[in-house]
This record gives sequence, structure tokens and C-alpha cells, in this order.
Amino acid sequence: MRVRFWGTRGSIPVAMTSAEVKRKLVTALVAAAGRGLDTPGKARAFVEWELDFSVSHTFGGNSSCVQIETGGPDYVVCDLGSGARGLGNTVLATGGPRGHRFHVFMSHLHWDHIMGFPFFMPAYLPGNHVTIYGCHERLEEAFRRQNAAPSFPVDFSRMEARIEFVRLEPERDYEIAGLRVRAKRQHHGGDSYGYRLERDGKVVVYSTDSEHKQDDPEEVRAFVEFFREADLVIFDAQYSLADAISVKEDWGHSSNVVGVEMCQLARARRLCLFHHEPIFDDERIAALLAETRRLEEITRGDHRVEVHAAYDGLELTL
Amino acid sequence: MDMPLISRRFADTTVVFPEGRIDHATAEQFKAALAPHLATCAAGRDRLVIDMTGVEYISSVGLRVLMLASKQAKAQGCALAVCGLQPVVREIFEISRFNLVLQVFPTLREALAALSTEALAAFEAA
Repeated sequence: MRVRFWGTRGSIPVAMTSAEVKRKLVTALVAAAGRGLDTPGKARAFVEWELDFSVSHTFGGNSSCVQIETGGPDYVVCDLGSGARGLGNTVLATGGPRGHRFHVFMSHLHWDHIMGFPFFMPAYLPGNHVTIYGCHERLEEAFRRQNAAPSFPVDFSRMEARIEFVRLEPERDYEIAGLRVRAKRQHHGGDSYGYRLERDGKVVVYSTDSEHKQDDPEEVRAFVEFFREADLVIFDAQYSLADAISVKEDWGHSSNVVGVEMCQLARARRLCLFHHEPIFDDERIAALLAETRRLEEITRGDHRVEVHAAYDGLELTL
Repeated sequence: MDMPLISRRFADTTVVFPEGRIDHATAEQFKAALAPHLATCAAGRDRLVIDMTGVEYISSVGLRVLMLASKQAKAQGCALAVCGLQPVVREIFEISRFNLVLQVFPTLREALAALSTEALAAFEAA
């Protein structure tokens, strides 16, 4: 199983500013001084292996969209944030315009999680088939409403792919696209749902836009079971713990600290910090990742959790 | 598991001394043990210091208890401070940003000095 991240930013897409690009270039040029990087190969190797990630890369700014490669013919996707645009274009560029089958699991219907669909080109082409699964009653309405005047010039009815909406019940197992899928209700404005996706002994948990208030031990236990021995937990770590339980309490997001603890309790193998705070630049997210790895290290018992920070373009093979 | 919460009084300030791990197993006991000290803490007549010297680990649930205590203290107009963080606990405070939302001091003496001259004098005399 492989997981590809097309959109990892929380709440709203963001773009790197000119000032940030300039800062990266200055840092890179100073680091490269006197290194004799006189060929593209040498320069590429230097960028790849010697520069800090936050200088040589960007975490990116697309909102939530994650692809799960199962080894089967169908595309499996979690959420249709702005990252879905890149996914759709890549599918068409590499696989042609027709004959694609998509299964999409929706965490919830807030804008940042559906806004990529009007730009998801496979949905406009006949011969493609998109099934959108979710637990919200107004699942279909949310998609139709954003693809309609006055919000968007192209009406939903102009999408010529076969598009279906399927309501799922939480806490129930389904077999979809070769995966065993279970949804779990999460604490977020209007509710959100996490998904546990299993195939051939590999488990991915997609759990974004989920606040863990931790005032109810039963709820903590239920989430630990949901994360139990997952190979990868994609976890909403938008806020610091202090913010999440003070000024941003009930805003529906969680923290890196809770992510580490839940994965330790669940003995999950990997934690991927996700739904990054839009005001954070690359340096800040890289620092957050370093701190989270340190936290995992100093609080580790007999089980190690590998910590990642998602970025647009990240691929993790389980 | 019981969480003993030894307390000492220095003039107008109560100092409590939690010990061990404050995690999913013990946070509720810590909260309950802290409650009577918080209840008497009010503006101008009482202050509360949580001396964490004996705490080897605190989880998010334990930090939540501190946040709730801080909110209650603020609502009552009571000064609350934390001190004596062990290296691991100090790092947890920094990573969770609790060092930015609570008054944290390296030592009990420094906490008392910041909160109450009477309490500091009583501490120095003890």
C-alpha cells in the first residue's frame, strides 16, 4: 500500500510568498558558497542531500487530498480539497481521459475539503466514474451547491462522468475497492469522520479535522482502538496543545502532542502530521516536525512511532 | 492509583507538590486533589504554586488539568504559577507551548518571589 499526499494544508490553501522564496534562495546560495557546484548534477545532489528540507522544498499549500494506492485498478482518495486538482490532472496525463474509477471518502463537507472538486477534470469527462462516500446527510447537496451559480460558473450537471454519492454508517465495516473501510465520528463543527482503511494486513487511518478533548476516557479508548496498530495515522496537528485546549478549544482541531500520545497508546507504526496551520511557513512546520520527533523520543516506552510531516507530493510506502 | 498531593503554606500562598507521572491513569486524581486548593484561591487573599519537582512525566491529559486550573484561577482572580520542571517535563511544556500560557518559574523560590513578598519571606524563614 502506498499513500500519496496531494494536499496537506489546513483550513485554506496557501501559496509561498516572494519573500519566502527569496529567503530560501539566499540561504541556499550562502550554503553553496565555495562548493564548486558547477554542474546540474552536483547542484541537484547538494539540494537533495545537504540542504535542510525547509530550504530545498516546501510543505506546499493545497488543502486536504490524500490518495491511497491499494495495488488495485481503482483510485482511492480521502477528501477533495484543492489538492484534488493536481491528482485529477495527473490521472488524465498518465492514464488518458476515460475509464477511470474513483472512490472518495469524505471526512466532512467544509469548503477546504470539497473545493478541489470543481477543478477535478476527470469528473467532467464521460467514461469516468466517481463514487463519493461520506457519513453526512447533506453530502450530495454540498457538492452540487458549490458547483452552481453564484459560487461557480460551471453547473454540477455539466459534469459528464458518472457521479454517485453513497452514505456510510459510522462504526460499520464496508468492503470498498478491495479495502475494508470503517468510519468513526470525530469532534468537529458539524461533525467529521475518520476512516480506517485496511488491506492485506496494512492499515491507514485518515483522521483529520478532529479535536481530541480527552475529557472522556471512553472516547480516548475508542480512538486508541480506531488507531490500533495502524501502519500509518494521518493526524490533524494544526494547533499547539496549549492553543487547542485554551483559545482554540472547540475549533475542531488537534495537536502534535496528542497525535504522539494516541499513536503510542495504539502502538501505531507511523504518525503523519497533517492539516498544517495556514499561517505556518516551511521553517515553522519543519521545526514542529523536529519537536514532535523529540517528544516521541523522550516519551517513548518500548514502542517507537516514526513521525513524519505531510507535504504536497509526499509518498509513503507501507 | 492514588496521587498524593502534599501541600505547604507560606503566608498567603499554598504550594502543592504532585509526584510521579500525571497521565491518563492519574490525571483525574490529580485534578481532584488540586480542587480544594483551587477552591480557596481568590483575588488578593490567596495564591497557588504547583511545584513540579517530583513530576517525572506529564501527558496531554495532565496538561489539560493545569489549563483548567489556570482558567479557574483566572476566573477567581487568583494568581497561579508552576515551578520546578524536570528536564523532560520542561521539554513537554515547551513543545506543547504551555510555557507560553502558564506562569512557569525555574524554582519555587522564584515563583514565590514573583507572587508574594510575604510568602517569599515565610519560605526564606522556614
